[in-house]
Amino acid sequence: METVTTDSPRNVHIDMGARKPNARPSGEPVFEVADLAVYYGPFRAIRDVSMSIAQHQITALIGPSGCGKTTMLRCFNRMNDLIETARVEGSVRYHGADLYDKRVDPVEVRRRIGMVFQKPNPFPKSIYDNIAFGPKVAGFKGDLDDVVEESLQKAALWDEVRNRLKESAMGLSGGQQQRLCIARCIAVRPDVILMDEPCSALDPIATGRIEDLMQNLKDEFTIVVVTHNMQQAARVSDMTAFFTAEVNEEQDRRTGVLVEYDKTEQMFTNPSDERTENYVTGRFG
Amino acid sequence: MAQAAMSPTGIDLSGNPRRRRKETLIRRVFQAAAVVSVVVSAAIVFSLVGRAGYFLAQVDLATLIAPSDGWFPRRGSFDVMTIFAGTLLVSGIGMLVAAPLGLGAAIYLSEYARPRVRRYLKPILEILAGVPSVVLGFFAITWITPQIVERIVPGAQFFNMAAAGIAVGILITPLVAAVAEDAFRSVPQSLREASYGMGARKRSTTLNVVVPAAVSGVVASLILALSRAIGETMIVAIASGATGGSAFTLDPAAPGQTMTAAMTALAIGSDQVRGTEGTFESLYFIGLLLFLITLALNVISDRFVRRVRQKY
Repeated sequence: METVTTDSPRNVHIDMGARKPNARPSGEPVFEVADLAVYYGPFRAIRDVSMSIAQHQITALIGPSGCGKTTMLRCFNRMNDLIETARVEGSVRYHGADLYDKRVDPVEVRRRIGMVFQKPNPFPKSIYDNIAFGPKVAGFKGDLDDVVEESLQKAALWDEVRNRLKESAMGLSGGQQQRLCIARCIAVRPDVILMDEPCSALDPIATGRIEDLMQNLKDEFTIVVVTHNMQQAARVSDMTAFFTAEVNEEQDRRTGVLVEYDKTEQMFTNPSDERTENYVTGRFG
Repeated sequence: MAQAAMSPTGIDLSGNPRRRRKETLIRRVFQAAAVVSVVVSAAIVFSLVGRAGYFLAQVDLATLIAPSDGWFPRRGSFDVMTIFAGTLLVSGIGMLVAAPLGLGAAIYLSEYARPRVRRYLKPILEILAGVPSVVLGFFAITWITPQIVERIVPGAQFFNMAAAGIAVGILITPLVAAVAEDAFRSVPQSLREASYGMGARKRSTTLNVVVPAAVSGVVASLILALSRAIGETMIVAIASGATGGSAFTLDPAAPGQTMTAAMTALAIGSDQVRGTEGTFESLYFIGLLLFLITLALNVISDRFVRRVRQKY
């Protein structure tokens, strides 16, 4: 930050290290992001993000608070549409199709690209009804019992709840609730699962279970996970993207930028950007 | 005091005694305000119980349930079923109007309305809540009866319980809307996001997630409104007809007497007849019944409101 000079605060981001072209992951891309910027009203939350996300891999988005990683994640299934003032520039392609095309129905997008949230958010309904909700609203005509069992199996929760499917989901522990939310997401049979800090409200044992689960799920789904926890990114992900927040022209406003994106191993052992190195070694953030 | 709190080193921590006295005084003032409401409630019950007891001692208890006689207190016919049926009918019609309108408005305001629309619509709803019920009573006979009731039931009487019920419904709609909207808005955004995240549309999210999650608040709003409808007096006194008494009827197009209207008729003595023994005291008996009914409803709705707060 020594490069900051008092007379040109708006140029802060320019001298923060040379950018190298980000590595492309191997495998077929599910998402291709180009020159993405997201605004909340006049405030720019992220800018100039370009990255590509590969199928059947776990991609981790890491970085300090306020660096826009959650905003980035929510661009993948158009959850930002729910915020009235949010505006997206640039392009996000999903299997080649522009997600932000006028003719795209966000509901169709979200059926293919599911989401698991930071805080477990089961509906105040029974365990069974939580899982059955998605298939029902999608007009699923088939045996719901099978879907419920299969989803709970995949989420490694079946053995714990098989005898109390009709009981309220609110009675489950935090870790169980989060696995229920994953099962609920799987029940819609999505292609991609987005996870927004899925373990931040959980204890280490529950976290370990979710991480194991993610490894099992990646054969079937593409996973993008936002995490605060660098060890978690190192443990579970194949690719890691490091975001950071840069000071904006206005005070207290920060805009997120993608600093480096590479194979996780590379990112944690031999990052090419000094900021990444400072972050992953714990010197910053 | 100041001297006593002085330590040997000369540090005085006793504070300003005048300030402390002022603090005590202010506490007492607020305490008195809170206690008054309790005293008044107790006084109401006390005043009702004595005279109601006197009434029950005067009349043959069998005559309290004799629908064939109707409610004619001046003649000594005290069939409570008649006025209870009237109350039930009027408040029932009121709920049929207020439940769909109020809940619909609440869902719109909480889930669909843009902030700008909401900013204008909500105060208007509150204005409706502030319309004096005497105005609504007059509205019932001058507009609701000819424009609505007589079209549905040709030959309906000028004073009828349907018109009173509809007016009561209009009166309690803002109450339903306000309480239910609070309930919908207190459903955490995370549940809506969970629903959208699975590819649910707004409609499914609202009807299958938000409304079920807020069901306790919805029930509470309806019970609260029902208790308000049962207690409403002015509209029924003006619009449902039947000043001195009423025969037992379940016909909404006919005039009828509610418990509250019966009390009004007795209290203002509009028919100028002294009546038999216990006539005047019957007022207290109905009053006590009404008090108990609304108390029970309020307790129930309070339970529901508590349940809604515990969840999520």
